[in-house]
Amino acid sequence: MKIVVTVKLVPDTNADKRIDPATKRLVRTGVETVLNPFDEYAIEAALQLKEKLGGDTTVTIFSMAPETGKEIVRKALAMGADDAAMLSDAGLEGSDVWGTAYAMAQALKKVGFDLIVCGTQSTDAITGELPGALAEYLGVPGLTYLRKVDVDGTTVRGERETDNGYQKVVAELPALVSVTKSINEPRYPSLKGIMGAKKKTITTLSLAELALDRPVGSDGAKTEVLDLAAAPVRGKGRMVNASDGADGARIIVEFLREKKLL
Amino acid sequence: MLTTEALVNFRWDDPLDFESLLSDEERSIRDTARAYAQDKLMPRILEANRKEIFHREILNEMGVLGFLGSTIEGYGCAGVNHVSYGLIAREIERVDSGYRSAMSVQSSLVMYPIHAYGTEEQRRRYLPRLARAEIVGCFGLTEPNHGSDPGSMISRARKTPGGYRLSGAKTWITNSPIADVFIVWAKDEEDLIRGFILERGMKGLTAPPIEGKFSLRASSTGEISMDDVFVPDENLLPNAEGLAGPFGCLNKARYGIAWGALGAAEFCWHAARRYTLDRSQFGRPLAANQLIQKKLADMQTEITLGLHAVLRLGRLMDEHASTPEMVSLLKRNSCGKALDIARTARDMHGGNGISDEFHVIRHLMNLEAVNTYEGTHDIHALILGRAQTGIQAFK
Repeated sequence: MKIVVTVKLVPDTNADKRIDPATKRLVRTGVETVLNPFDEYAIEAALQLKEKLGGDTTVTIFSMAPETGKEIVRKALAMGADDAAMLSDAGLEGSDVWGTAYAMAQALKKVGFDLIVCGTQSTDAITGELPGALAEYLGVPGLTYLRKVDVDGTTVRGERETDNGYQKVVAELPALVSVTKSINEPRYPSLKGIMGAKKKTITTLSLAELALDRPVGSDGAKTEVLDLAAAPVRGKGRMVNASDGADGARIIVEFLREKKLL
Repeated sequence: MLTTEALVNFRWDDPLDFESLLSDEERSIRDTARAYAQDKLMPRILEANRKEIFHREILNEMGVLGFLGSTIEGYGCAGVNHVSYGLIAREIERVDSGYRSAMSVQSSLVMYPIHAYGTEEQRRRYLPRLARAEIVGCFGLTEPNHGSDPGSMISRARKTPGGYRLSGAKTWITNSPIADVFIVWAKDEEDLIRGFILERGMKGLTAPPIEGKFSLRASSTGEISMDDVFVPDENLLPNAEGLAGPFGCLNKARYGIAWGALGAAEFCWHAARRYTLDRSQFGRPLAANQLIQKKLADMQTEITLGLHAVLRLGRLMDEHASTPEMVSLLKRNSCGKALDIARTARDMHGGNGISDEFHVIRHLMNLEAVNTYEGTHDIHALILGRAQTGIQAFK
């Protein structure tokens, strides 16, 4: 079985985000690029499936990113994936979610897969739309927001997180899943993994190699950022002053219940 | 056109761009070590230090990541370079010197001698299990009355049919209370120092813990007591004779300490900077005072110079171009400077500095041991003195 994990390279999550007012795009230069933290859970989920299924199961990392991102893709390989494929082309710059998903879908068809594992979202744009759009363009079932995933023969099943519980979902392969942060604890790349990653293959695809029947990049974008505004300053928190502790506890429990946190 | 404008920004925490001197692989290894240390070790250290607990499973976790015997090729080890080993030591000791000590002992004082001085059979028998920390090792050289002068040791190995009978006592042995294997150095009947692999359960071998330490409290320390312990011939390390054996091991361990101590110093420096920026007295941050800024500048300078020096030594080691004197110079420098920095950082934290919640006092107490073990600050000075005068001052 071939598992493909899609990963995104994002600006360091600890750094302040800056947006270029002219292009209205996130500034990606001058900031360290890292593996999207959400994708580490997807890699871990894929590696655990591989360890469980054994046999000829392989894990391929896929990333649409400039070639300069190779070393970061290598980090994903250091966690234990077998190989990687990158879609790198200057013509992809400025792609919106739909362009990205479309281009990725065409590339993934070329790479081949039985199961695609995605993180739920990236830390830069945070649309969370890509897994769904990708499944649609690939014409495969998309099981999103899974907190548990398992493959049994040609069936993938999992538990899909919802606001107030979870759904048991199932689909036939080939399929796409996205996994949440509650699914596992991503491993650290081990020294052997890091040393071994050097020798693993990263193939590169360009747009010319794909059968595209619509434009991608900024020309093909169906959405446009019209305006930007700074996030409102967070208001003051609510203070609970209660003469006796039980009273305070009751107010806090009420509040948490209101927010559906209990 | 000539321009005086700088093309790069000054980074206060990496003034001379140490980062750019590392390979991608070395950076990845450092990132793994840092993430593990901060996520998994930092949350445990406060309780471990307060209650003198060594969480044994830490060695297993390090084993999974490949930190144990990391420079050894094969036998289940990662085979990374010495710079990587140093980077790992720095990240572990940024959390606690005790954790780095446990790692150093397993790697440099147990796995290294088995690899360097042992038979192929001994390597196969012990190294893979040590790399996974299925078994833990310790290193017995220091004796109650022989510290800086191990050549005068009185532990004895008497030849007997099929093996040796070992008698003597070792003390200040990291990991001994939890050890499964003991690399013990003793003199044979010709007064030649030989190394032996002892195993827990051998008759006459005990390893009581030493309690009440005010330093390295999160690492297990004990004695080794040998009362006519029979050690079979196949447990003799055949390729080490004389002090060169133990000193070869210590050279590797001291190199790791030279990196590690700077990790502890970095923690103290960053903590002092943060604390003096956050804490206001007389209506302004403590960091607005010249006295504070001078101390921060001194810390920054010493740590920067120290890190570049240990990196240089690591590169030389990787080229097989290092000598023990180089290691002495940097073990001594890193430990002495780190101890000074920790003391100053403690002072800059005011009253809060004595609370373990701020961690600086713990580093300070740890560094007292780190400055002393594996060759005291003064002994390393005498090694350097001998190397430039030709006169040995300690005999």
